[in-house]
Amino acid sequence: MSFLRRPVVALSASILALGVLSACASDSTSGEAAASPSSASCPLAVTDPWVKATDTEMSGAFGIIENTSDTEVIISSATSPQAGKMEIHEVIDKDGQMVMQPKEGGLVIPAGGSATLKPGSDHLMLMALPAPIAAGDEVEITVTCSTGGTVTWTSVAKPFEGGAEPYVPADGTNTDSMDGMSMSPSPAES
Amino acid sequence: MAAADDADVTPGSGQAPGGGDAPSSDTRLGGPRLTRRGLLGGVALGAGGLAVGAAAGYAAASTAGTDGAAEDGGAAAEPGTVPALGATVEPSHGVHQAGVETTLQSHATFVALDLRDEVDRPALVRLMRLLSDDISRLARGVAALADPEPELAVVPARLTVTLAVGPGFLAAAGRSGRAPQWLLDGLPAFSIDDALEDRWSGGDLLVQVAAEDPVTVSHAVRVLLTDAGPFATVRWVQSGFHRPAGTAPQAMTGRNLMGQVDGTVNPEPGTDDFARVVWIGDDGPDWLVGGSSLVVRRVAMDLRVWGGLDDRSKEQAIGRRLSDGAPLTGGTEFSAPDFEAVDDNGFLVIPPTAHMRLAHAQAPTERILRRPYNYDVGVAADGTADAGLVFVAYQADPMTQFVPIQRRLAEADVLNIWTTPIGSALFAVLPGFAEGAYLGQALLA
Repeated sequence: MSFLRRPVVALSASILALGVLSACASDSTSGEAAASPSSASCPLAVTDPWVKATDTEMSGAFGIIENTSDTEVIISSATSPQAGKMEIHEVIDKDGQMVMQPKEGGLVIPAGGSATLKPGSDHLMLMALPAPIAAGDEVEITVTCSTGGTVTWTSVAKPFEGGAEPYVPADGTNTDSMDGMSMSPSPAES
Repeated sequence: MAAADDADVTPGSGQAPGGGDAPSSDTRLGGPRLTRRGLLGGVALGAGGLAVGAAAGYAAASTAGTDGAAEDGGAAAEPGTVPALGATVEPSHGVHQAGVETTLQSHATFVALDLRDEVDRPALVRLMRLLSDDISRLARGVAALADPEPELAVVPARLTVTLAVGPGFLAAAGRSGRAPQWLLDGLPAFSIDDALEDRWSGGDLLVQVAAEDPVTVSHAVRVLLTDAGPFATVRWVQSGFHRPAGTAPQAMTGRNLMGQVDGTVNPEPGTDDFARVVWIGDDGPDWLVGGSSLVVRRVAMDLRVWGGLDDRSKEQAIGRRLSDGAPLTGGTEFSAPDFEAVDDNGFLVIPPTAHMRLAHAQAPTERILRRPYNYDVGVAADGTADAGLVFVAYQADPMTQFVPIQRRLAEADVLNIWTTPIGSALFAVLPGFAEGAYLGQALLA
């Protein structure tokens, strides 16, 4: 994915955002996360946002992100005060097995289009969770567009049993999984 | 002796629905809910899962679980995909919960949950917000968030979900002091109740799911229980059915598995009378105003013995004709019975032990809303059916409305010979909720 030339006005912020992306770091857990969307430079509307409740250190964030503008938008990074780190992930077929890995170039949303983030597909990964995310908790998520603009929304945590594809980190060394997050058992027996 | 609160063929106080005129349409629970938006009858909902369900118009930074519940009817889309009945939406928001004054659907599942030990008030808030959001979405034919099978959400088929709480719910919330006395006391032990089983009784939170389509019911139950899983375990599940829409005359109340026309006497939806009988008013706890009480009793039927009776014995047990449900003293199903009438030999036409005579209100308060379902969960090797009635009654005050009726039936109803109550539970039905709010908010907030 090519990074588009963006309006000059957003240039400095854009550089900052790209820097964050390339460093793969996300330490912005301060509560000062951009609460007000700078919609001029990050024109996104989020529908049906949710995250997977978990007592492990990883979770996924899902929903429908709509590009309300007439130009392409790239989400280059994401943060949450409730995650030590976030990554933009895709799920791909790797030698017959579905695995998830960081999505190179960020999440591209075409002009007037939308991206559906769902288990087993593109999603935002929450990592290094400092505390479990209980069912019904609300998790604040901020995404940064390649322009440097941000949008913040609140996702509700839902019990969900899927989304457990093995994780292949960017360095490709070890493999982890979202699985094993001992969801409370569904109450099948009385 | 066995129970008989079930048969539901009790005549009213001479009050036929419609003021004596035979109702011309559905004589089961019916009528529009005055407090909610009109039905979207006949509106076909767009097919699809999460993506399609997401009608445009949500703002960024909306809070799923509350604001995200979104607009009723916002999902109207491509026509022609789901037939009218399947596409019909019962509005889920309003002063009262759906599923009480709603015209009886043909399928229902009742699930009683026990809260996990660690669940406290903040956890209950989270639980009720999750469930409320699920209800808002599913009722209008939209997949729930994280719906494991969004494809099944697109046929709402008049789906309603109704939540009611037991005393354990208030205890977990630290709100027992706000419980009405009847909820703390529970139903008294009736003389026929010696066969009650724990596995069909009690519970902290009741979830009533009803729709015209059993697949819709199954899917909604799965979604709701997935969200409830971290907070509660299942105590019991009871499913029931009636004839589906379109197979039976609408002018007659449905029949139970004993063949009896069942559920004739009910307050008429949409009337002040209905509101007085069913809804808790300003004299109730503030968090229950607009709510109700719910009695669920599982009544096993000895269909083999009953089925061997002659028609006259069957009719005398009930006090109604088998053919059309009319009182033995004549008229139509909805005619007032004449309890004084005697036959040529001087015997009462409606016998002293007839179910309908004993169930008949002897005080103005002794009226309830019956919303029962048949159950049939299998047949034993010897051919004995495991079948009966999930008796379901709503009333503002169970102690003055339901209990006196049940006491009379327990003591003398001849139907007790063929029926046995094996489960019993009493819950407080929460008031309705507005878009953006959640069920139980007035109690938990």
